[in-house]
Amino acid sequence: MSEQIEQALSKQYEAGFYSEIESDTFENGLDESIIRRISAMKNEPKWMLEWRLKAYHSWLEMEEPDWAHVDYPKVDYQAISYYSSPKSMKDKPKSLDEVDPELLDVYNKLGIPLHEQEMLAGVAVDAVFDSVSVVTTFREKLHEAGVIFCPISEAIQKYPELVKKYIGSVVPRSDNYFAALNSAVFTDGSFVYIPKGVRCPMELSTYFRINEQNTGQFERTLIIADEGSHVSYLEGCTAPQRDENQLHAAVVELVAMDKANIKYSTVQNWYPGDENGKGGIYNFVTKRGICHNDAKISWTQVETGSAVTWKYPSCVLKGDNSVGEFYSVALTRGRQQADTGTKMIHLGKNTRSTIISKGISAGKSNNAYRGLVQMGPKSDGARNFTQCDSLLIGDQCGAHTFPYIESRNPSAIVEHEATTSKVSDEQLFLAQQRGLDAEKAVSMIVNGFCKEVFKELPMEFAVEAGKLLEISLEGSVG
Amino acid sequence: MLSIDNLHASVEDKTIIKGLNLEVKPGEVHAIMGPNGAGKSTLGYVLSGREGYEVNEGAVKLNGKDLLELEVEERAREGLFLAFQYPVEIPGVSNMEFLKESVNALREHRGEEPLTAAEFLKKAKAACKQVNLPLDFLKRGVNEGFSGGEKKRNEIMQMILLEPSLCILDESDSGLDVDALQVVADGVNSQRDGQRSFIVVTHYQRLLDYIKPDFVHILADGKIVKSGDASLALEVEKSGYAFLGKAYEEADA
Repeated sequence: MSEQIEQALSKQYEAGFYSEIESDTFENGLDESIIRRISAMKNEPKWMLEWRLKAYHSWLEMEEPDWAHVDYPKVDYQAISYYSSPKSMKDKPKSLDEVDPELLDVYNKLGIPLHEQEMLAGVAVDAVFDSVSVVTTFREKLHEAGVIFCPISEAIQKYPELVKKYIGSVVPRSDNYFAALNSAVFTDGSFVYIPKGVRCPMELSTYFRINEQNTGQFERTLIIADEGSHVSYLEGCTAPQRDENQLHAAVVELVAMDKANIKYSTVQNWYPGDENGKGGIYNFVTKRGICHNDAKISWTQVETGSAVTWKYPSCVLKGDNSVGEFYSVALTRGRQQADTGTKMIHLGKNTRSTIISKGISAGKSNNAYRGLVQMGPKSDGARNFTQCDSLLIGDQCGAHTFPYIESRNPSAIVEHEATTSKVSDEQLFLAQQRGLDAEKAVSMIVNGFCKEVFKELPMEFAVEAGKLLEISLEGSVG
Repeated sequence: MLSIDNLHASVEDKTIIKGLNLEVKPGEVHAIMGPNGAGKSTLGYVLSGREGYEVNEGAVKLNGKDLLELEVEERAREGLFLAFQYPVEIPGVSNMEFLKESVNALREHRGEEPLTAAEFLKKAKAACKQVNLPLDFLKRGVNEGFSGGEKKRNEIMQMILLEPSLCILDESDSGLDVDALQVVADGVNSQRDGQRSFIVVTHYQRLLDYIKPDFVHILADGKIVKSGDASLALEVEKSGYAFLGKAYEEADA
């Protein structure tokens, strides 16, 4: 590929600034006392602490998974600080006016002006800065609809029954190595409850950012959509540019009761490391939802950041006629590695799932799709359709596909389609001959490739995702 | 308009163009004919700046500018248009989206305001009509699933939209039946306005029945070996490239 692509891909990380904000940060290391301190800082009830400690003890027994198609030096879990909170958070702000202006400035740099969003966009934002929820907008309006949208630490205080009942119900404490670690040390995250029959009046949104050096971010999100309710949830992530690797091990649990509908969209732009693979976020995330009868969960993700991604948003289709969807765009460049995909576990009758995965690899990166479609013995009439496309830019990157299909029901139908293509010199030449520069041409080709996924994103996110791809692709033409 | 002076060019170290001279004035139509392997398509690629086509010697000027100094897209913005013999598909990118970006890139270069979606659509519809392409072509992916003839007509449609000053048609007749040929030729002829120049590269005389050239050049072994008016094409039609000598008779077969 021509040099232009190379240049475009070497584009700098735009969210890579660090903010001077005074913060309280725990010393590095992890043991029981750290967990007790986190729990005490949050004023948690005893059951929560016990739950954390149980998770910690199972984690100690577990091995870090090594089956993913990624390669990175072992994480030193004792070299990480498990709690960091901006100092000014001690007296929690009641409204945006009380928020540290420097902090708000950070969000503005990221292009999420809370003030503006509050007035114009109608998006309620729960912004998580390092480990603490900064401010939650729009709570009032949501409150009127009976919707609960708050930091999970607050939910533990205010709605302990709901949290106790559902936390760990979809992703058990000891589900996997990273989920167990998260269960032990999670510091904050969002909690959503949509009451029966309520259609959430606005899109809910969380913005995550890792600011402090050597801190891990372990947020935990729990969304419960009660019978017949609807909710659309957006999540965005960035981190400053640092030479050290930082760990992000989140857990997201979705519960869709009968006839409920949850749409969960992510735009992930964590710092990917430099072109030599130095620094960057390790994004080891467990996301899973359970669908009861006639319920639907739709995951949409646009993943452009992180040095290493290990992420499989999944659906357990427990109820009859329930629907699971997974739409994914994963772009890797430089030395990024991604191993991402989904699991669709069909348990109920006539359950349906759709998987559309678009992997784009550029530079010296590696991009793997890993997916499991499982048809249980009682999943009569279940159907899955999987389409898995890879696009290569340049000749030093890799695209890999690992589809697993397990069918234990003869009436279930599973379809799998896969393609691999390349942004060819001929395509670039055609576009340039028509007056477009190479970068524009590549971003247009890539956008075209991702179209089926972008149309699933909420409007404002689709625009952001397109822009993000364009930025990420700058310099990738060569 | 275009002036090519002693051009030498190679592909993968193999010299294909070996001292080519050509002068094209505004409004003129030049046909370039020649046996297979003479370097006809190479000429189009060299002029448009395709990667891998190295100029070893000579100079090319377009409207007084040194063409060889410019990037591919800059040459396009200066008014050079190449109608491809085999245009490549770009799946997922609609013709509409692609052409709108393209038209606006050219307009920006000329210091004009970009067209709005509505203005563009109007022009695009008219261009489609001119080459008998159904309007849903605008919605389809660039060249995606187009037949050979549709691709050729699509190229002409783009030419009409982009209003270039120099059009190079690379075997725009190959694989077309008579009706399609007529459509392509009509599209081209409609763009002859006394200012716009054309280089029509073709293997057969047939296309020149429809697009009347002012000059015909015979390209052989990387050089123009014979030039004349339209009657030269008829001569080639009758007796082939035999006059070039034995070496070309087989290549022509």
